[in-house]
Amino acid sequence: MLIELEKRKEPSKAMVYLTPLIAVGLTMVVGALIFSALGYEGARAAWAMFVAPLVDPGKWEDLGLKAAPLVMIAVGLSIGFRANVWNIGAEGQYVVGGLAGTGVALATWHLDGGWWVLPLMCLAGAVAGAAYAAIPAILRTRLNVSEILSSLMLTYVAIQLLYWLMNGPWKDPEGFNFPQSRLFQDFQTLPFISGVGYLNVPLSLVIALAVWFVMARTTFGFQIRTVGAAPQAARYGGFSQERTVWWSLVIGGALAGLAGIFEAAGPFGQMVPQFPTGYGFTAIIVAFLGRLHPIGIVILGGLVLAVTYVGGESAQATLGLPSSATGVFQAMLLFFLLATDILITHRLKWRRSAEGSA
Amino acid sequence: MSEDRLELRGVTKAFPGVLANDHVSFAVRPGAIHALLGENGAGKSTLVKMIYGVLHPDEGEIRFDGKPVTIPNPKAARAMGIGMVFQHFSLFEALSVLENIALGLDERLSPADLERRIREVLARYGLTLDPHRTVATLSVGERQRIEIVRALLLDPKLLIMDEPTSVLTPQEVTQLFETLRALAASGCSILYISHKLHEIKALCDKATILRGGKVVGDCVPAEESSRSMAEMMIGGSLRDIKKAAGRTLGAPKFVVEGLSLEGTGDFDVALKGIGFSVGAGEILGIAGVAGNGQNELVLALSGETPGEAAAVRLDGTPIGALRIGERRRLGLAAVPEERNGHAAVPGFSLADNAVLTARGRKGLVNRGVIAAGKAAGYAEEVIRAFAVKATGPAATAGSLSGGNLQKFIMGREVLQVPEILIVSQPTWGVDAGAAAAIHQALVDLAARGSAIVVVSQDLDELFALSDSLAVINEGRLSPKRPIADFSLEEIGLLMGGVHGEADQGAHVAAAPVVEASHAH
Amino acid sequence: MDAMWFSVAMTIVAASTPLLLAALGELVVEKAGVLNLGLEGMMLVGAVTGFAVTFATGAALVGIVAAMLAAVAASMIFAFLTLTLASNQVATGLALTIFGVGISSMIGEGFVGKTIPVLGPVFPEALAGHPFLRLLFGHSPLVYVSLVMTAVVAWFLTRSRAGLILRAVGENDASAHSIGYSVIGVRYAAVAFGGAMAGLAGCFYSMVQTPMWAEELTAGRGWIALALVVFSAWKPWRLLLGAYLFGTVMTLELQAKAAGVGIFAPEFLAALPYLATILVLALISSRRSVGAAAPACLGRPFKPAT
Repeated sequence: MLIELEKRKEPSKAMVYLTPLIAVGLTMVVGALIFSALGYEGARAAWAMFVAPLVDPGKWEDLGLKAAPLVMIAVGLSIGFRANVWNIGAEGQYVVGGLAGTGVALATWHLDGGWWVLPLMCLAGAVAGAAYAAIPAILRTRLNVSEILSSLMLTYVAIQLLYWLMNGPWKDPEGFNFPQSRLFQDFQTLPFISGVGYLNVPLSLVIALAVWFVMARTTFGFQIRTVGAAPQAARYGGFSQERTVWWSLVIGGALAGLAGIFEAAGPFGQMVPQFPTGYGFTAIIVAFLGRLHPIGIVILGGLVLAVTYVGGESAQATLGLPSSATGVFQAMLLFFLLATDILITHRLKWRRSAEGSA
Repeated sequence: MSEDRLELRGVTKAFPGVLANDHVSFAVRPGAIHALLGENGAGKSTLVKMIYGVLHPDEGEIRFDGKPVTIPNPKAARAMGIGMVFQHFSLFEALSVLENIALGLDERLSPADLERRIREVLARYGLTLDPHRTVATLSVGERQRIEIVRALLLDPKLLIMDEPTSVLTPQEVTQLFETLRALAASGCSILYISHKLHEIKALCDKATILRGGKVVGDCVPAEESSRSMAEMMIGGSLRDIKKAAGRTLGAPKFVVEGLSLEGTGDFDVALKGIGFSVGAGEILGIAGVAGNGQNELVLALSGETPGEAAAVRLDGTPIGALRIGERRRLGLAAVPEERNGHAAVPGFSLADNAVLTARGRKGLVNRGVIAAGKAAGYAEEVIRAFAVKATGPAATAGSLSGGNLQKFIMGREVLQVPEILIVSQPTWGVDAGAAAAIHQALVDLAARGSAIVVVSQDLDELFALSDSLAVINEGRLSPKRPIADFSLEEIGLLMGGVHGEADQGAHVAAAPVVEASHAH
Repeated sequence: MDAMWFSVAMTIVAASTPLLLAALGELVVEKAGVLNLGLEGMMLVGAVTGFAVTFATGAALVGIVAAMLAAVAASMIFAFLTLTLASNQVATGLALTIFGVGISSMIGEGFVGKTIPVLGPVFPEALAGHPFLRLLFGHSPLVYVSLVMTAVVAWFLTRSRAGLILRAVGENDASAHSIGYSVIGVRYAAVAFGGAMAGLAGCFYSMVQTPMWAEELTAGRGWIALALVVFSAWKPWRLLLGAYLFGTVMTLELQAKAAGVGIFAPEFLAALPYLATILVLALISSRRSVGAAAPACLGRPFKPAT
């Protein structure tokens, strides 16, 4: 028997939502086999990585904590990806957003409070992320530089900027010479809602909903989708390619920057050199797993990847899995997702091998 | 009696949902020029792709020089002595003529040897071509010559020509026919695919007519009239367009003056001082060989590439600097040549494709929010009014056949009742029934008082539709004149770049286009 | 010239070679019309495999071959997804990089801090006595491989029939297919070549430059190599120039850091290659000729029409 692909007349709607689940299933099976071959308890590792945190209510708060930044960044990236704008430097925009917010926090550190400080920090984060993403935008629209390379290069630059600030100007004067900033004051940290997590968890859901509405229902969303699907048709429809590049990069940058300051003002409570944890890159997987659809990004992308993070951490402790195993599982997940994409436009057909060669 | 060069017996090929060829049988004699005649979608291309080894028959037999053969791939076809010149050239823009020809040869020759043989072939058939030029710098006619030379280098026994004249001027067509006749005289069979009846009458010894994938008849073209062959091809009698008789054309509505535009890309044609005016109710045809600035002109008129304000005026308002969206609001509509990815987004539903251009004039958007119900409603209206075969407004544009999509696109623009409609190749690749419907819609729109510009390479279409005509060549447009004042020869000369008054005595185009079809 | 300058020149050669190796592979891949953004990932796979196999067998040559094979295997994942299943090349390339980062640090976990013997100069010591002679004969074999490969790739692309076919596939896949060339087959071969070269580049880092394992030791050099391909306008000899230009920038950065030049913070110097890349891309890409030099089908999936 041979498997053959046959083109469908219309793309399958069901497969759009089924393939991410198929990809998770395949990743678990193949991952279990690979890790068994490497001498780990493969099946338990796959279970720990993809299921265990979901069935353990004690881990749910952790899931929200991990999912919130991933969802925010991924939702922003998905706008660009839909328009064929490949911002892969979200990690840099996230760092710069965190730094800008930190800057505001350090400048207002000696105040006795003030309701406006936290919103200003968030605003600074979003604006800085947007501005940092505007560099690839200007390079692309004015000088025709691929945003893939420029945005990624800028990530390395942002990380060096972080190191410099931590080692020099922003080092905590009372921090025993550790390269990290002061701890933020209470009025500079995100409110914590017990049972839910920091405020960024519900906020990320609100943002995802808002982006969904814009992308699905408004002319702006229509413009983004058209530019991505058929640039010439977009121009014919009266949509500017240049403006689309600008907006998708700037919005993506703003959301990544906002996610950055939310992390700094939330779980971290200060700025540290270990701030870049790869959320900006993982968010790319989240966006694809969520089918570049904001709601899908929340339910499929953000949740699944958060489960792998939380599960990966506990598997390190319980199964002795290396920390990098999480990344391997995540990359495999994206591989399988991209592979199963073909099922949307094609169907599998079983064929007798005898006819297959005809 | 010698054997047939090529014989097909019961050749059948099915694609999902379509029977492209249904038990096709015919034979071609050595040295004969044999026409394969049929409309777009009749199965001609599928058939010749099987002869050339690109596709493989599901059933039936192909015999070559009397022996049954299987042709696994084009390379095997070439080894047998089958050459093919495709309708869409398989050329590489960035490579030289020599490199392009080398790629098409299975034999390994040193560049020097290859160049020598190319020059031999060029000399034998009286063709001119510089082997060292980059393809991107060549005219369409020269590009076709590369394909022909490539095929001739193999000393083919059978040469397949797929719609070879669609991009040539009448004069270039004459030259091509001379080459083909010389080739046939040397014993090579030619399988000539076309839907242009006058060409087949002028060139071919025999014709096989295909319709819906089946052979519906054989004939000797010289003994048939164009009309009789057309009726066999279409399978019914031709419908004439109902033009409102004795219309008087209104005052100039759409005026273009001194429209010039630099080409931006490497392969663009610059527009040079284009000027014309179209009155209310007038259909202006713009003829020309592909690649002479038609696309650039349509983009400049529609506003996809804005220019100087005063160069384009609609009802007296200068609109030359406005973008396409703003021009639409003032009553302009346009249909570019390419359907997929330009006039429509294949992956989008028909409702979304309605939003693409009709959102302003049809009120499909309310304060930046798309009114999905209204969009579907308008798509539905277009589907019904233009008899588009589709499952409904939710069907993707990509799922429609070419002709149905074109009907949808034309309908989408026409039902917006624009003041001025600019349309490029309105019936390219569309079957005769759909073409007649589209032509009728254009005529009806003009009767309402809209101005219409039709850019087309199909002279038959322009003669049938237009009130007046102008010819574009290398980015320049000839002065427009009433269609009745043009002779076919004159249009041919203009298309070939001979400007100014065509001398009455100059019968340069000893025309293969004798039976040009005012008669349609 | 004194000895210090010779040693700087030696360092420049060492910094430039892996960039050249990786970018040469990618150049061929892109000439075939495929954009493989997984360069960094394939380099890491090569680096860790080369190190691990050399550590286990003690034979550097075995390590190098294994590194190339491993990187080819990684490139075949990319090829299967993008060529056979026509997946998005950008996303798949990114996935390959994420995969390479993960798998290399996982395999490399047990090797952190361990060392292997340096893959030393290929010519006998006697030839490399004088500093100047050392500059000619004192390099690791991979340096000479990279230079020979530049010539080979240049010859292949412009003079050989196979190279002509490869360019044709990258220029117009539909036409190449209709003439009867296997677009997918040519692209598989190109991607495999790119993988092998990335594997070589990767083991240069783990076996020649610092024969001690460290996580993500390529530090984004794969992305710089990708930028170099754009810089070269897809011409091998210009690629050689670009690689040595960047090697020089990186070396100066290291030298300045070592010398403790106080004007610039070390973090600024570390950011310099990336800033330089952006600057060079900006200067190069705005020129129209570069856009025209890009293979016309670059990054577009090929789906043969029926």
